[in-house]
Amino acid sequence: MNNRLRILRGERGWSQQHLGELLSVSRQSVNAIETGRYDPSLPLAFSIAELFGLTIEEVFESPSRSIA
Amino acid sequence: MRVQSPRQRHNQRVLVLAIAYAALLFPAVYLLSRHLVSGPIAYAIGVLPALPVVGFFVVLGAYLIEERDEYLRMLIVRQTLVATGVAMTAATIWGFLEGFELVSHLPAYAWPMVWIAGQGAGACANRVIERRAA
Repeated sequence: MNNRLRILRGERGWSQQHLGELLSVSRQSVNAIETGRYDPSLPLAFSIAELFGLTIEEVFESPSRSIA
Repeated sequence: MRVQSPRQRHNQRVLVLAIAYAALLFPAVYLLSRHLVSGPIAYAIGVLPALPVVGFFVVLGAYLIEERDEYLRMLIVRQTLVATGVAMTAATIWGFLEGFELVSHLPAYAWPMVWIAGQGAGACANRVIERRAA
C-alpha cells in the first residue's frame, strides 16, 4: 500500500529507529511499511496517523483509489 | 536492569532448551541402550529428551503471544508455515517410501527435528521474499 510515511518522517528529521520507538515497533517494521512491503493493521495505521496529526487517508493511499 | 525484547527472551529460552536437550539426551541414550534401567523408570528417562523438544513448540507459541510488533510476528508466522510445510511434506513422502520398503525406517522424533531445521528454511524464505518486495 502506497503511503507518505517516509516523507512525513523526513519532514520531521526522524530516523526509522526513532519513529519505531514512538510507535513501539521495530525499525524493520517502519522500513517495511515505508517501502510498501507490509500493510499495517488498522490500530497501527491509526497510531501512525495520530502521531503525525493526520487522518489515515492523508498518510495511506486507498488501494481501491490507486487502482481507479 | 535492561529489559529484554521478546525476541531476546525467545532466543534465550531456545538456548536453554538446546542445552537441556543435550544434557538429557546423552544420559538417556547411555542408560537405555545398555538396559541399565527398566520398567516405569525407563519410560520416564526415555521421555526426558522429548520434553525440551516439546518446549521448542511452547516457547514459539509464547513468543508469538509476547511479540507486540505485528510485522515481526508476521515474519515468524510465515517462517513457521514454511517449516511446517517442509516437515509435513518430508514426513509424507518418507512415510510412503518407507511403507513401500524403498527407504529405511526413520523414528518419529526425526520430524520435529526436520521442523526445527525447516525454521531455517523459513528464515531464508523471509529474506528472499522481503528482498524481492523491497
